[in-house]
Amino acid sequence: MNMIQAINSAMEVVMARDPNVIVMGEDVGYFGGVFRATAGLQEKFGKTRVFDTPITECGIIGVAVGMGAYGLRPVPEIQFADYIYPALDQLVSEAARLRYRSDGEFTAPITVRSPFGGGIFGGQTHSQSPEGIFTHVSGIKTVIPSTPYDAKGLLIAAIEDNDPTLFFEPKRIYNGPFDGHWDRPSQNWSKHPAGEVPTGYYKIELGKANIVRAGDALTILAYGTMVHVCMAVVTDAGVDAEIIDLRTLVPLDIETIEASVKKTGRCMIVHEATRTGGFGAELSALVQERCFYHLEAPIERVTGFDTPYPHSLEWAYFPGPVRIGEALKKVMRD
Amino acid sequence: MASDIPRANLKPLSLYVPEPKFRPGDAVDFTEVAIPAAGSVRRPDIADPADSFIDLAYELVRVLDHENQAVGSWNPRLSPDTLRALLRSMALVRAFDERMFRAQRQGKTSFYMKCTGEEAVAVSAAFALDYEDMCFPSYRQQGLLIARGWSMVDMMNQIYSNRGDRLQGKQLPIMYSVKEAGFFSISGNLATQYPQAVGWAMASAAKGDTRIAATWCGEGSTAEGDFHSACTFASVYRAPVIFNVVNNQWAISSFSGFAGAESTTFAARAVGYGIAGLRVDGNDALAVYAATAWAAERARTNQGPTLIEHFTYRAEGHSTSDDPGQYRSEGEPTAWPLGDPIKRLKDHLIAIGEWDEERHAAQDKQLAEDVKAAQKEAEKNGILGHGLHQPLDSLFDGVFEEMPWHLREQQAQMIAEETASGRPWARKS
Ligand SMILES: Cc1ncc(C[n+]2csc(CCOP(=O)(O)OP(=O)(O)O)c2C)c(N)n1
Repeated sequence: MNMIQAINSAMEVVMARDPNVIVMGEDVGYFGGVFRATAGLQEKFGKTRVFDTPITECGIIGVAVGMGAYGLRPVPEIQFADYIYPALDQLVSEAARLRYRSDGEFTAPITVRSPFGGGIFGGQTHSQSPEGIFTHVSGIKTVIPSTPYDAKGLLIAAIEDNDPTLFFEPKRIYNGPFDGHWDRPSQNWSKHPAGEVPTGYYKIELGKANIVRAGDALTILAYGTMVHVCMAVVTDAGVDAEIIDLRTLVPLDIETIEASVKKTGRCMIVHEATRTGGFGAELSALVQERCFYHLEAPIERVTGFDTPYPHSLEWAYFPGPVRIGEALKKVMRD
Repeated sequence: MASDIPRANLKPLSLYVPEPKFRPGDAVDFTEVAIPAAGSVRRPDIADPADSFIDLAYELVRVLDHENQAVGSWNPRLSPDTLRALLRSMALVRAFDERMFRAQRQGKTSFYMKCTGEEAVAVSAAFALDYEDMCFPSYRQQGLLIARGWSMVDMMNQIYSNRGDRLQGKQLPIMYSVKEAGFFSISGNLATQYPQAVGWAMASAAKGDTRIAATWCGEGSTAEGDFHSACTFASVYRAPVIFNVVNNQWAISSFSGFAGAESTTFAARAVGYGIAGLRVDGNDALAVYAATAWAAERARTNQGPTLIEHFTYRAEGHSTSDDPGQYRSEGEPTAWPLGDPIKRLKDHLIAIGEWDEERHAAQDKQLAEDVKAAQKEAEKNGILGHGLHQPLDSLFDGVFEEMPWHLREQQAQMIAEETASGRPWARKS
């Protein structure tokens, strides 16, 4: 399965088990979503459980919060993460705080799915990585898969979780893993071990990172598309790096990170989102606080630039093998 | 580029900025406010399509006339017992407000908001809805809880953020949450409850439930995007929801003109969405009851949503932090042509021989004593600012269902700091 199929399968499996799970969003019903992630679900589960919505993200999330308060488990889709901003208040002030402000009387067990990230010539409005805005907010979880297998297991866990969760899907690798060059297209998941996805039910616990490559020379922290790009860079460079796929940013698997950096003594953080105030800054601070005396070199951050997402120049913007390779040399120098 | 030089032959444009009719010092004259006679507005069948009674969005449904009689097709024909119960609840809300306002002035809590003059809006709605229906209120519908018979001590505990506060001191005073009484957690972010009420109503419909949702916001808040998103959703899915817009003329210091009142009515917002729209005299308890009951029946029979504008007046300040004397004429509240909702209902009951001034005065006295007794009871659990009422560790409870490591770490750090400070504090048992 590719990641889209795995995500589709996750929803199908959970919907079959729990009649309270409903799927909603722009174009998700009859058509099955612009990326086809919800294809076939309406046919299987009916129009009251899978339906199209008006184009109002504030409405989609606000309505989902109300449905969650009623006792359903809505899985709203925001068509592109770039369009989550109209819903920001409902996510930040409402979904994220409902449990706290009502001392548990009302909760918002919603899972907001949204394709995010660049690398598809989507321009400013189809490429952004807004995860850092939400990791800054108390009360909301952020999950980002990097393989079809993870996507399914994590999505099932997110839907069954009783807290509001953002599930950001790296659209650059919907079809297959990719190593960061515009002229090196992604290989199909069907030829990739991580493309093997059981058709049935399984979960991947939120808050547990995955060591996708063990190594002793350096720890690389990444998530989503960047896991694959880092993998390619490390292979090319022949460095014995440990690559950790974070999988969930909140809650974060600090134990795995800490143990790895203490072992390797070096740390590099890679994400597509803009740099200033990004999640990489938080990771860097955490590693510094916990592993300072084990570090042999300054922590290196590789990120998108602090500009709006450019269209034709996206390959200068998107962290790829060149930029990551340079950073790798720098962090390995001393 | 902006230019001060007008282009040849074209008259310069001018920007219109609305201004209320009266400012501090001005004499108030409300004769221009159109008030149709009680009983003059028709009552459509609940099954009538919304576009067949668009005129009602521009009218004013009124039941109580100048002779204090209930007249016309909207007369809900309530029994004298129900009328007395309505009156009692409204008077109790006012007594509660008085007492809690004073408690804030005495420094017992940080903040309070009265609904003086608007008691009918929430109380009559509570009487017309089923107890199981879910209400998504704004901050001026304390009448819902009072009318539903919810414990005043419990409400006061929340106002004082004390030991007995069901919300553990996590919310501002008056931002109640009482799931048991069908009262959704109040948000300080205006209008966010609107789409949430629609979602709840849609869920109820999707599940084949029989319960409906109702929500309230001020006329000022109708300008928020959430309001319009909610109307779109409710219209599209014919959600069993009642939208209440409480047009009390003022949004803090901004008069209703800044939400568009000079161009149309707030009930007319419904028209563009194909939703049933009603404009009612919000100071007429019977009109509010009738409109709510009508809308509830529409919702319950899958006829879809209704938007009700309650034309009323905020007789007091916006909150304890507000001084309305700074921006409006002090003559406004008394000159308001629709009178006072409690007095009007009282006069009606007297006119039909079911009540008298003596009983009313005695009831007021009794209600004031009941509120005072409740206050005493609540204050046994503490008042805001007098020590820490909640176990300190509880500050971290409820961010997530289970506490992740970063919160546990911060909690441990806080407890270590408090221990070192020597300040007295309680821990969870
Ligand atoms: C989103 C948001 N913006 C601004 C405020 C600040 N604020 C609190 S109440 C209020 C006025 C609301 O007026 P209205 O909706 O007419 O209700 P009323 O107070 O008259 O009952 C404002 C601006 C807020 N709480 N939330």
